[in-house]
Amino acid sequence: MDKLPIYATTGQTIWFYAFRVICGIIFFFLVAPIVVVIPLSFNAQDFFTFTPEMLSFDPAGYSLKHYRDFFTNSDWQSALYNSVRIAPAATILSVGFGTLAAIGLSQDHVPFRRAIMAVLISPMIVPLIISAAGMYFFYSRIGLQGTYIGVVLAHAALGIPFVIITVTATLVGFDRSLTRAAANMGAGPVTTFFRVQMPLILPGVISGGLFAFITSFDEVVVVLFVGSSAQKTLPWQMFTGLREQISPTILAVATILVAISILLLTVVEMLRRRSERMRGIKPT
Amino acid sequence: MKDANNEQGFVVFDHVQKSYDGEVLVVKDLNLSIGRGEFLTMLGPSGSGKTTCLMMLAGFETATHGDILLGGKPINNIPPHKRGIGMVFQNYALFPHMTIAENLSFPLEVRKMGKSERDQKVQRALDMVQMGSFGSRRPGQLSGGQQQRVALARALVFEPELVLMDEPLGALDKQLREHMQFEIKRISDDLGITVVYVTHDQTEALTMSDRVAVFDDGRIQQLAPPDQLYEAPENSFVAQFIGENNTMEGVVKEIKNGVALVQLDGGDLIDAKPINVSKAGDRTRVSIRPERVEYNRDRLHKDAHTLKAEVLEFIYMGDIFRTRLRVGKNEDFIVKTRNAPDQVRLKPGQQIEIGWLPEDCRALDA
Repeated sequence: MDKLPIYATTGQTIWFYAFRVICGIIFFFLVAPIVVVIPLSFNAQDFFTFTPEMLSFDPAGYSLKHYRDFFTNSDWQSALYNSVRIAPAATILSVGFGTLAAIGLSQDHVPFRRAIMAVLISPMIVPLIISAAGMYFFYSRIGLQGTYIGVVLAHAALGIPFVIITVTATLVGFDRSLTRAAANMGAGPVTTFFRVQMPLILPGVISGGLFAFITSFDEVVVVLFVGSSAQKTLPWQMFTGLREQISPTILAVATILVAISILLLTVVEMLRRRSERMRGIKPT
Repeated sequence: MKDANNEQGFVVFDHVQKSYDGEVLVVKDLNLSIGRGEFLTMLGPSGSGKTTCLMMLAGFETATHGDILLGGKPINNIPPHKRGIGMVFQNYALFPHMTIAENLSFPLEVRKMGKSERDQKVQRALDMVQMGSFGSRRPGQLSGGQQQRVALARALVFEPELVLMDEPLGALDKQLREHMQFEIKRISDDLGITVVYVTHDQTEALTMSDRVAVFDDGRIQQLAPPDQLYEAPENSFVAQFIGENNTMEGVVKEIKNGVALVQLDGGDLIDAKPINVSKAGDRTRVSIRPERVEYNRDRLHKDAHTLKAEVLEFIYMGDIFRTRLRVGKNEDFIVKTRNAPDQVRLKPGQQIEIGWLPEDCRALDA
């Protein structure tokens, strides 16, 4: 619907433009908070508001001092280090277990598939604070509270539902006769999985992994409960920074995180298009 | 084709039964022996159990009861990937993420074959189906017919002795399908492989097979070479299912000298060959092929029984004429005649008498 047909009635004409306006408003609502943060992070002053210099585009009003602070301040650096150590480990666990669970649960002969699926997805639906409190008590009992492994496991549990959902979605379109064909040609189950099934569900696995990574990278509630100060991640540091030291460094960090997210999403989308082109499917 | 009876049979189904739910038998007591080098077709309507039999042979389904033997050894406990059977799937099942050459190379790679030998075999298999220059394409870039050829080459590339085909031509248009029928037949004869072919298309079954097993209701209704199947069906299901057929119901009056005298429900008397009727009084369904019906009195036996018929429709089909008659209450009695210079072209409304040789008309079960 890129052009109004000539036979459109008045009502249709009004709706045609109203539809665009509504879409624009929704888009603005979603994007404005993120966009506003970006110029503010270059503020030369320690304020969260636009200074008169900034509004007049005076170069003196802008600086990279908050970025410098982020890269030199030891609090921020140890938080970054913790995040970078926790998120990939949690992602690997999520992807491994989530993919296996999705494949297992997609087979017809597994009993109680729906019930098992519901349990595995529950961390996504149960309010985070409840999961976090539960994990706190459970992990304290078994000595994982306040450890690196504890936080990784907790984040993996949060990431698994995303992987299960995306991989299950790709498995719906997966032709079961392909695995039969592979078996028929002499490939054992393991070879079949890595040579035939895995390459074809890879887009789902990657996007699930991306969600799991962002979940862990972004997560503050569970890490507050399960982690100790030795596992202080970036979001945790931002959270305390907001309460205790009101520094626009937070805005610099936020900008960096937004840039990373955009980069990751772009890469995944490019990979997806490439794999579809390779398979001769027209890009949508 | 080698005679299936002079050895024990390369593929043997021995009292095989299959049930998916533990109650209904999809395959009921299947006994079938397929000779080495034979082209056997399993033909039947959907739900007749033919695909289930193929899947049990490939190892994707397990028999509920009975044994399946391959080369004399039971294979019930051998997983599909160790059976060494080639298969062409209905939807081809080509790996979309691999090129054509990689698809064909896959079964050789899992057999740990060296690269140069692999490349050589892949190229030979592709050449055999006239796809030699397509090795670097992906399945998505090929037409349906080309994908079908590749699937065939992939099933043959690792030189299996037995190849299964599950309605491989179902998705092709008519012309391509006919062409591929001859192609598959030629290749299987050249290579001397044993083929078990599943289809619901009777023309396909008749043109390609050494023998055809007609399936219905989980049983083999008849197992015979194509000509016998067409000319000498053993029961009404086979007569109805294979080719076009005129049927009439009646009661056997007497059986004498190998000829049954049948009184049709309309009262008329006809001669027929008794197939599975044994005594006077049996209900029967007589079956006669449209091309074996004669309406030229001179060509019939002097004392042959004839029926009165009225011409309802005359259809010119080029090589043949197809005439629809009313015989008694049956308004769908078809007669096919060859378009020859001396052939009579009947006109609608014309009253004629029809008859046939007693051996062409078969008295089957009612």
